[in-house]
Amino acid sequence: MQALVTRRIPQEGLAVLAQAGVCSFQQWDSDEPIPRSELLAQVAGKHGLLCLLSDRIDKEVLDAAGSNLKVISTMSVGVDHLALEEIKKRGIRVGYTPDILTDATAELAVALLLATSRRLPESMEEVKNGGWTTWKPLWMCGYGLSDSTVGIIGLGRIGQAVARRLKPFGVKKFLYTGSHPKPESAAEFQAEFVPLTKLGEESDFVVVTCSLTPETKGMCNEDFFARMKKTSVFINTSRGAVVNQDDLYQALVSGQIAAAGLDVTTPEPLPTDDPLLALKNCVILPHIGSATYGTRNAMSVLAANNLLAGLKGEKMPSELQL
Amino acid sequence: MGTLCHLRRLKTRLVSELHLWSKLQATNATGKQLPRIYVTRKIPQDGMKILSQSGLCNIEQWDSDEPVPRQELLKKIAGIQGLYCLLTEKIDAEVLDAAGPSLQVVSTMSVGYDHVSLEELKKRGIRLGYTPDVLTEAVAELTVALLLATSRRLLEAVDEAKNGGWGTWKPLWMCGYGLTDSTVGILGLGRIGAAVAARLKPFGVKRFLYADTGPRPEVAVKITAEFVPLDELARHSDFIVVCCALTPETQGFCGNKLFSLMKETAIFINTSRGGVVNQEDLYQALVNGQIAAAGLDVTEPEPLPTDHPLFKLKNCVILPHIASATVTTRNSMAALAASNLLAGLQGKAMGKEVLL
Repeated sequence: MQALVTRRIPQEGLAVLAQAGVCSFQQWDSDEPIPRSELLAQVAGKHGLLCLLSDRIDKEVLDAAGSNLKVISTMSVGVDHLALEEIKKRGIRVGYTPDILTDATAELAVALLLATSRRLPESMEEVKNGGWTTWKPLWMCGYGLSDSTVGIIGLGRIGQAVARRLKPFGVKKFLYTGSHPKPESAAEFQAEFVPLTKLGEESDFVVVTCSLTPETKGMCNEDFFARMKKTSVFINTSRGAVVNQDDLYQALVSGQIAAAGLDVTTPEPLPTDDPLLALKNCVILPHIGSATYGTRNAMSVLAANNLLAGLKGEKMPSELQL
Repeated sequence: MGTLCHLRRLKTRLVSELHLWSKLQATNATGKQLPRIYVTRKIPQDGMKILSQSGLCNIEQWDSDEPVPRQELLKKIAGIQGLYCLLTEKIDAEVLDAAGPSLQVVSTMSVGYDHVSLEELKKRGIRLGYTPDVLTEAVAELTVALLLATSRRLLEAVDEAKNGGWGTWKPLWMCGYGLTDSTVGILGLGRIGAAVAARLKPFGVKRFLYADTGPRPEVAVKITAEFVPLDELARHSDFIVVCCALTPETQGFCGNKLFSLMKETAIFINTSRGGVVNQEDLYQALVNGQIAAAGLDVTEPEPLPTDHPLFKLKNCVILPHIASATVTTRNSMAALAASNLLAGLQGKAMGKEVLL
């Protein structure tokens, strides 16, 4: 059997594939994404595909692959780059990497929240450009988490892990919203299930950790930002498209909200002349949510094992239910 | 008891009597006039209100966001009863002499008092107020913020997003070190150290170690931290966080010896005082790959000159001493410092006093 690996992936994952003796594989052995034309050419006849979130696996790719394709294994927890309906239609199985990246991603979400609320990039800039003269009582003051209300949009694995990490900072109340209440998950934080509107109105910190679906696309828009407090901080580590970026920009420049931190944008990378990059009260990270050595290695191993299981027709360690 | 000893005790007694008498003289001579205080900076609302609405003192103030120049300070404090200062004012023999024997109380708007000469205060029977507790949460929060910004390379990543270095998602680009399953070593398990540990716990830290002047069992039990010698802490920690006070014992104790014992993958964080770290040794350790990265909220001096070699390093994050910088906290600090000062003027118990 033959598999295509669309990028240079961490050694540990490659080793799993190489040592299994289940398939031979072709690899786009580069740090850069496989060009579309190459992908279409090389996927032809393959039984398995190990891809990244930067590879759009749509009808065109599936047609190019042909009827051999049994399994798609993505090295990510997000699956918005996969045409799930088309994949399901063709009886292809999908492996993904939830859970093992939860810790790293939640950690980064909290890191981003703190960097935004306590103005770290701004103050480091002042240190470098001579703006730091001396200790001053009201210089570079930020917003603390003590006695705050935190609103989590999407109390899934990552959302819960974020709430767990924020708790000892003295958060007074957790709110959450989503498609439906999750009482067992919410109990740990005494989190209250509320409509999106109420979450916007009452939160001092809003953290978006939901998946990108037709329902959540553009959900954080003008109306949402208008409801938020002037002193509030907005954090998104889910997917860029959940946020209407133009509306966010307006909310930030007009002082409707105090600051925002984004680990995900539309598009990625964000062009260097995007107005959000010029705002002092907007922190933008280049999608590094799961970027720890340990996590990326573990993701590559899991993705490899998912692929092998799919090729062998066995139970996958982490299969997406279609 | 020997004669010399007797004479020494007599001298001490006479000196403090003299000071007391001078203070009484000052009050009597000015009749009904209120005690004079000097405030060395423009301070947050909550503090100013307490002072001005108290009716207990006449206030003179360096009403600026910039520190009071030394000469101005020395001139203006002559004959005052109370001094409200920040950590930017060195309160030494020169200042205390300039104030004269009328000075009863110094109140600093900080928890650190390494800028105050305790010996000189004690000699003169002057009391010292400070601001612990009210700033613990904000400082612990910023310490964790700094640790995460350093370990997850946030400032580097922000730059890449701005300068075009951000390409597409790549498996091993911008990878950092996670807290999950790590060992964290805290130098100084005081109020702030304990609060930092409590905040780090849910990130999946496997083990907390701490070094201190002695074990702190009541504090350590809450987070399950082990009291170990500094060397052992250095060898085993993935993250080292310095939260101790600056004293003659801790001056420069984070130097070559500590860094050489640390893991190559370890992260060093200091939010205590710049003087605790030997900065040249730190620079060498970072450049030579002896440790992975460092995050500092405090330096020697402050501000750190913009041409300092530490700024050239991608793996060194430097913040401008903002650990307690939230509006709420700074107002609380100002209010406490103000109350401490007023209590001192009235000879009452202070909210928070440094025992001399």
